[in-house]
Amino acid sequence: MGELSVKHLLGIKYLHEKDIQLIFETADHFKEVINRSIKKVPSLRDITIANIFFENSTRTKLSFELAEKRLSADVLNFSAAQSSLKKGETLIDTVNNILSMKVDMVVMRHPNPGAGIFLSKHVSAVIINAGDGAHEHPTQALLDSYSIREKLGDVSGKNVVIVGDILHSRVALSNIFALKLQGANVKVCGPKTLIPKHIESLGVKVETNLEKALQWCDVANMLRVQNERMDISYFPTTREYTQQYGVNRGILDKLDKEIVIMHPGPINRGVEITSDVADSDQSIILNQVENGVAIRMAVIYLLASKIK
Amino acid sequence: MGFFVCYSVNVAINHYYDETLALYLTRNTYFCISKVLVNKPMSQKVLLSSKEIHIILHRLACQLLENHLDFKNTVLIGIQPRGTFLAQRLGKILKEEYKVKDIDLGFLDITFYRDDFRRGEKTLEANKTKIDFLIEDKNLVLIDDVLYTGRSIRAALTAIESFGRPKEIELLTLIDRRFSRHLPIQPNYKGRQVDAINNEKVKVMWEENDGEDIIYLVNN
Repeated sequence: MGELSVKHLLGIKYLHEKDIQLIFETADHFKEVINRSIKKVPSLRDITIANIFFENSTRTKLSFELAEKRLSADVLNFSAAQSSLKKGETLIDTVNNILSMKVDMVVMRHPNPGAGIFLSKHVSAVIINAGDGAHEHPTQALLDSYSIREKLGDVSGKNVVIVGDILHSRVALSNIFALKLQGANVKVCGPKTLIPKHIESLGVKVETNLEKALQWCDVANMLRVQNERMDISYFPTTREYTQQYGVNRGILDKLDKEIVIMHPGPINRGVEITSDVADSDQSIILNQVENGVAIRMAVIYLLASKIK
Repeated sequence: MGFFVCYSVNVAINHYYDETLALYLTRNTYFCISKVLVNKPMSQKVLLSSKEIHIILHRLACQLLENHLDFKNTVLIGIQPRGTFLAQRLGKILKEEYKVKDIDLGFLDITFYRDDFRRGEKTLEANKTKIDFLIEDKNLVLIDDVLYTGRSIRAALTAIESFGRPKEIELLTLIDRRFSRHLPIQPNYKGRQVDAINNEKVKVMWEENDGEDIIYLVNN
């Protein structure tokens, strides 16, 4: 216990195991808070946070905004679509203009990998990365691990398979870092074209047969195929992808155990996961969303307490 | 003297090749020496012995009983972290020795309501809140071990609002450090009043946590 070893949350790569435990323990308290009739605490009433989203988002943006409001912070929302970026303003200029309005913390999503790291070197505010291209999405990985911990008691020693478009997924990379840090065994599963070369060097195993991967795992984290990031065709048709890598009731019934199904959203029902699986008791998809608010409250609280 | 010993240790350690180890050793040695030679030793005197605490707890329990009788419409809330021991102890005495059947006993964490967030060096660490009953329209007794500036109680009064609107709130403290209040807050029930100056600290130890029931007045 104590404080975080980092000043910004740019990626799981920069965290230590004890940071993750501190975030989880703090999130436990916030989870209790958000289940009260009055779900708000006054801790951050003197902090202003800007949510800067250069890429579309539903869950993450709402979740961050709710977390900030539940901590009583003042919130500014900014979407690139309606901004002066279209008029040619640079990222640093945009952010510095926002910061001159006395903003203490910036939550940023950006299509370019490393955008958060770049920003943290040039501006004085605390930066939280809410997804940078295909690089990292740290709060998603934290809430995924937190949900596994809640469901199975512990992350350490658990077998987790990440299925789908690993190549374009920031969720996959952050999850791999987070799970390995906590001592879980990780496999990635998907068509070979969507698995990055040399991914084994991160300490994960590659499995191209979905049924074998599911038989091995305790938890399957299903990822969406990120068509918007695909410049070329990585598999013949969506139908063929679904046949090989889609999870349905039939394939789960063939296993000799009940595994936990996760999905970071947004779900493409009928592509990577069928509706009956997504809505079943095995799925903790909506728990992940609930935990997202508690995790983000914990991260914001812990980082804000270091602002002097 | 302290400086001299430290200096010679420093010289001796300069022969080490491993600078990190040397730094570690020097720091640790300096710390030990400074504790013995440079700083005045910390003095502490016993404020309340185990027997006195025992008597006071029973008196407080009786005072609670006098005002709340069967505790049907009363809830006890221990303030985390240190008020929970006192609350549990009083609950136990009321149940076992005064045969009160059901007492609603909860713990309230005030970390997120404190007014010194970001003012100290350290991150404020939270504790568990456990209030699994309704406080709406109840007589609520806040319980803490030491009442000093009154800021924790102010935070607790704000925190408890999140759980409902009690009919009445009372305050019970084991030690009341009078003349040191920053806010207009006074206890309804108090174990012992103490006139302690600001660099003195009241240290409350509980058998279940620290091995024995004893209260010290520590002079820093």
